[in-house]
Amino acid sequence: MPADPNTGSHAAAPARLAQKALADLPWEVGVAKPDPAMVVDKVTRTFGGLTAVSVDHLEIQRGGITGLIGPNGAGKTTLFNLLTGFDQPNTGTWTFDGRSLGRMSPHQVARLGVVRTFQLTKALSRLTVLQNMLLGAQDQAGESFLKALVPGTWRAQEKANTEKAMDLLRRFKLDAKKDDFAGILSGGQRKLLEMARALMSDPKVVMLDEPMAGVNPALTQSLLGHVKDLREEGMTVVFVEHDMDVVRDISDWVVVMAAGKVIAEGPPESISQNKAVVDAYLGAHHDAPLTNEEEDRVLAEAEAAIAREEGAAPGGTTAGTISSEEHKP
Amino acid sequence: MSDVLDALAIGVKSGLGFQAIFFALLAIGINVHFGYTGLLNFGQIAFAMLGGFGIAISVSQWGLPFWVGVIVGIVAAVVLALLLGLPTLRLRADYLAIVTIATAEGLRLLFRSVSATPVTNGTRGLSAFNGSFIALAPWDTQRRYDLLGTSWSGGELWVALVGWTLVALSCLLVWLLMRSPWGRVLKAIREDEDAVRALGKNVYSYKMQALVLGAVFGALGGMVYAVGTGSAIPDQYQNANTFLAYAALILGGAARVLGPVVGSIILLFILQFADTLLRAFISNGVIPEALLSSTDVAQIRFVLVGIGLMLLLVFRPQGIFGDRREVMLDAR
Repeated sequence: MPADPNTGSHAAAPARLAQKALADLPWEVGVAKPDPAMVVDKVTRTFGGLTAVSVDHLEIQRGGITGLIGPNGAGKTTLFNLLTGFDQPNTGTWTFDGRSLGRMSPHQVARLGVVRTFQLTKALSRLTVLQNMLLGAQDQAGESFLKALVPGTWRAQEKANTEKAMDLLRRFKLDAKKDDFAGILSGGQRKLLEMARALMSDPKVVMLDEPMAGVNPALTQSLLGHVKDLREEGMTVVFVEHDMDVVRDISDWVVVMAAGKVIAEGPPESISQNKAVVDAYLGAHHDAPLTNEEEDRVLAEAEAAIAREEGAAPGGTTAGTISSEEHKP
Repeated sequence: MSDVLDALAIGVKSGLGFQAIFFALLAIGINVHFGYTGLLNFGQIAFAMLGGFGIAISVSQWGLPFWVGVIVGIVAAVVLALLLGLPTLRLRADYLAIVTIATAEGLRLLFRSVSATPVTNGTRGLSAFNGSFIALAPWDTQRRYDLLGTSWSGGELWVALVGWTLVALSCLLVWLLMRSPWGRVLKAIREDEDAVRALGKNVYSYKMQALVLGAVFGALGGMVYAVGTGSAIPDQYQNANTFLAYAALILGGAARVLGPVVGSIILLFILQFADTLLRAFISNGVIPEALLSSTDVAQIRFVLVGIGLMLLLVFRPQGIFGDRREVMLDAR
C-alpha cells in the first residue's frame, strides 16, 4: 500500500498481470504458460492437399491479451474456427479450462464461455440493436418453445437482460441506437455491436477476428480501449490483427503463424526482431541491402538483449512500483 | 353495374370461404418457415396433403373417429417434417428447398399411384369422411343461408367458422411465439446462422422446431380443405398451391402475424372477382368474344394476379403489412 500513492488507479493494477506473468518466459514456440486458459495440442486441419493449420503446441495465458498475427493464408481464421467448434480438425486435441473441446459444436463451446466475433461482421440486420444484444444472453427461459408461450416465465429475466444490455450499449455508445435496425449501422458500429453482444454472455474467453479491420482510426482507438477493458475485467482475449501498431499497443503476448504453423511467440517487442517472422512476411530469400540491414539487426538484437537483462533485473524499467511485489505472491 | 356487384359478392364469399382458410393456414406455416426462420420450404402442400388424407384415410378406410383422424394427420405431418429436417437442416438453405419440392411432388404421385389404391383410392380419392364433423354444426346444415349478398350452405358456414377460428388461434400462437425470446432466436437465424451459433444457441434444434410448427399449420390447412370439399383427391394437392401460398404471404407481408391471412383473403378475392366479372362481361358482350373467350378466363385471372404482384413488388415491396425499412435493408 505505501508503495502505491494514487489509490484511484487500482483498476490499472490488475491490467498487466498477464504481461508480468509472461515476462520471464523464453521466447520460443510452444512454451508453457504459467496459467493457460486454452491449450492446443497437435491440431491439424487439411483441405485436400493443403495443410491449413498444423499447430504442435500452443498455450494461451488466462487473463491476458494474446495477439495472433501472420501473413494472409497463415491459418489464423481456420485456427479460430477450430477452437470455437465451427470447424473440426483432422487430428489433435484442444482444451479450455482443462475440458476437451474436441467434437463440440459451436453453441456448446459458446456456452462454456468461449465467444467469438467474425472477420466479416455478423450484425443481425433486421433485428434492432437491442434485440441483437438480448440474443447474446445465456440460459434464457423464454428461448424454450413451451415457456415462450407463457410470458410470465421469462418476463423478469428479459427485464434484467434488457438492463444489462443497456448498460453495455451505453459503454459502447450505442444506446441512442437501441431501436434502430442493426442493418443501418456503419461498419465500425457493427464491430462495436458485435463485441458488445458477445459480452452479453459473460464470456471467459473472447476471440476477436480482426476487430479493427475497416474501422476508421478514431474508432480504432475506442475499440482498443474496449479490448483493454475486457482484460481488466479478467477475460482472456485472443485476437487476429494485421495492424502491428495495434498489436504492439495492446497484446501481452503475440503468436505468429505462417503456412499453418506457429513460427514464433513472445511478447510484442520480441516479434519484430524475430528472423522467422521477418522471413514469413518478406520471404526467406529476400536479398536485402546487406550493410544497413545487418547493422540494424545486430543493433536491435543487442538492444533486445539489454532489454531482456534489464527486464529480469529487480526494479527494472518494465517493472512498475507494485510489480515486484505482485510478481511473486 | 349489377354484374360488378355480383362479382364483388362472389369474390368476398371466396375470400372468406374454406379455400381462403386453406391458403391462410398454408401461408402461416410458410411464414414461420420462410418469413421468420428463413427456411425455404417449397413443398408446404405435402404437409397439407398428409393432413387431409390423415382424416380421410382414418375415417373412410380405417373407420376411426374424426378427431382421431385429425391427430393422425398432425402426427404424419410432424413425422414428415422431422424426416425432411434431419438430413437437410445442418446443410445450406437450398438443400431443404430441393428436398421439400421433391417430396411434395413425390408424395402426390405416390398417393395417386395404383399400388396405393387400396389405401388412398388412387386418383379418385376418398370422400364421405366429414359427416361427423358437419353434424356438429349448431344450425341446420341442409338449409342455405343468405350472407353478404351470396348464398352459403349451412355446411360451408360451419367449415368457415371453425376454419377462421383455427386461423385466429394460429395467429395468436405465432404472435405469442414471435414476441418471445424464442421468436427472437428464429429471426436471428434468418439473418445469420453462424452468429447465432457463436452466441450459444442450438441452431439446428430451433430450425427443426420451426419446421415442425409450420408443418402442423400446413396440415391443419389441408384438413380444412379436405373437410371443405368433402373429398381428398391426390391431384387436389398440386404443388402450385405452395407457390400461391407464397404469393399470398408476400402480398400480405412476410414476417408479420396477419400478413399471410390478409394476403390469402385478397388473393382469393382477386382470383374469384376477376373470374366472375370477366365471365359476366364476356357473356353480355362488353368484352367481344374475339378478344377473350370464357375458356381463357381461368388463365387470364392468374395473369391479373401476376401483374398485381409485380406492381406490389415495385411500389410496396414489403407487402401490405410489412415494414419498408426492413425490406430496404436487403438492398445493401
